[in-house]
Amino acid sequence: MRIKVRTQEPLRKLLDNEQVVEVSGTTVFEVIKTLQVRYPRFVERLLESDGSVRRFVNVYVNEEDIRFLQNQQTALRDGDEVRIISAIAGG
Amino acid sequence: MDKQTGFMKALKCRECGREYPLAATHVCEFDFGPLEVAYDYDRIKQSLTKKAIESRGKNMWRYRELLPIAGEPTVGCEVGFTPLIKADRLAKRLGIRELWIKNDTVNYPTLSFKDRVVSVALSRAKELGFTTVACASTGNLANSVAANAAAAGLKAYVFIPSDLEQGKILNSLVYGANVVGIKGHYDEVNRLCAEIAGKYGWAFVNVNMRPYYAEGSKSMGFEIIEQLGWKIPQHTVVPMASGSLLTKIQKSYQEFVKLGLVQQSRYSVHGAQATGCSPISVAQKAGLDFFKPVKPNTIAKSLAIGTPADGFYALKVMKETGGAADDVTDDEIRDGIKMLAECEGIFAETAGGVTVAVAKKLVATGKIPAMDSAVLCITGNGLKTLESVAGHVGQAREIRPSLREFESLLEAENKSTVTA
Ligand SMILES: Cc1ncc(COP(=O)(O)O)c(C=O)c1O
Ligand SMILES: [Zn+2]
Repeated sequence: MRIKVRTQEPLRKLLDNEQVVEVSGTTVFEVIKTLQVRYPRFVERLLESDGSVRRFVNVYVNEEDIRFLQNQQTALRDGDEVRIISAIAGG
Repeated sequence: MDKQTGFMKALKCRECGREYPLAATHVCEFDFGPLEVAYDYDRIKQSLTKKAIESRGKNMWRYRELLPIAGEPTVGCEVGFTPLIKADRLAKRLGIRELWIKNDTVNYPTLSFKDRVVSVALSRAKELGFTTVACASTGNLANSVAANAAAAGLKAYVFIPSDLEQGKILNSLVYGANVVGIKGHYDEVNRLCAEIAGKYGWAFVNVNMRPYYAEGSKSMGFEIIEQLGWKIPQHTVVPMASGSLLTKIQKSYQEFVKLGLVQQSRYSVHGAQATGCSPISVAQKAGLDFFKPVKPNTIAKSLAIGTPADGFYALKVMKETGGAADDVTDDEIRDGIKMLAECEGIFAETAGGVTVAVAKKLVATGKIPAMDSAVLCITGNGLKTLESVAGHVGQAREIRPSLREFESLLEAENKSTVTA
């Protein structure tokens, strides 16, 4: 599975300023593991020590927040996009 | 006052405390935590005395040392200092000894508390050299960005869910802003905006300007304290969307205590949501310190944020202050709007209905003791959400211009009140 990973400014710095990073993986969990090899600093900051996604980060598969799917176990298909975005205030 | 930074020291991560320069940035690069403005309170203490405040104009900038701009405000100079009304008739209806309404339905210029945050965000955006401003909004923020940007000669892009009330959409368009309606919930609008924000070099008031923007909400709390005669209210009931306003109300009380402007006293800050979008209130009632995101479905569209960015902090504030949260149905929201209108002559939008109806619940359940005093933060104007009450507040009775018809109408009315 080829998965496209995107993030936002200023976090993109930690992905070597790439707009899109292509990695392989069949679940969100696997994608994060693959990212960890290539961008250890990014993933170190993304996860708590217990492996859960930090509370101010939202992870989306295509358009959907993974908390409405199967969290890190969410299955991925070829060409899916994973977005990693910090929580934003509102209103 | 320092020309570059005013009374600000740095941006500081709320999670790890790392400091960043006072630029247009909002997230810590180490843990993705939100950044907040840190101030030089020693210098503020010398400058911001009661006497100084009372000598200044009746607007939110009378507390300027505690608002995050470097120089003098240039946008929204007349925002704030809205009336604090003693609401005796509504107090009776809710069964509480003393009740106050902080009436931001008449905030200047766009009739919601959002003018407070926008006036700070746009003043700071100009200081940082931006010429285009933008926001993701559930309606009120968009109205305020559009209006204040127009008056300041800034270009504006506002992003909203496409199914907002007519009043909220027209109230952005009329100022000539670029209004983009997104087919989706606010949370989806926000996700898009997070990606857009870094791309075009715009000041996105709730994204890269968030640390400054959010501080503007404190002015509502400062005013409440001053208008109560320099006292912190025992209870404050605050509507929650992202939860930012609620956290900033507590911060405003803490800052006035820290500066010696008000005496420390026990107070509780309570949160109000609509049942159709209640991630924070559900978590609070379950005693959790984290929330589960939801997909909103409520007439309180201004509060319809299913993934509230400040939800964690809002839960923390309620816990620390002994506050409670609750949520109310669409019918209860309409009843809340009607109660406030009938008792106090104030027409609030749906968020106001949420606040009144939740306050009623909190008094009824004893979470706000009946012998105490409370302030309700009424944050937006009912003329912007007419759809929510249309068909629920009766209809005008039509007659021909004839005295006879009027008298028979009165007669019929008297009969029906006698039999009722
Ligand atoms: C009228 C009104 N009240 C309250 C809020 C809540 O704001 P916050 O996101 O700070 O919780 C909003 C947010 O849009 C609003 O429009
Ligand atoms: Zn941090």
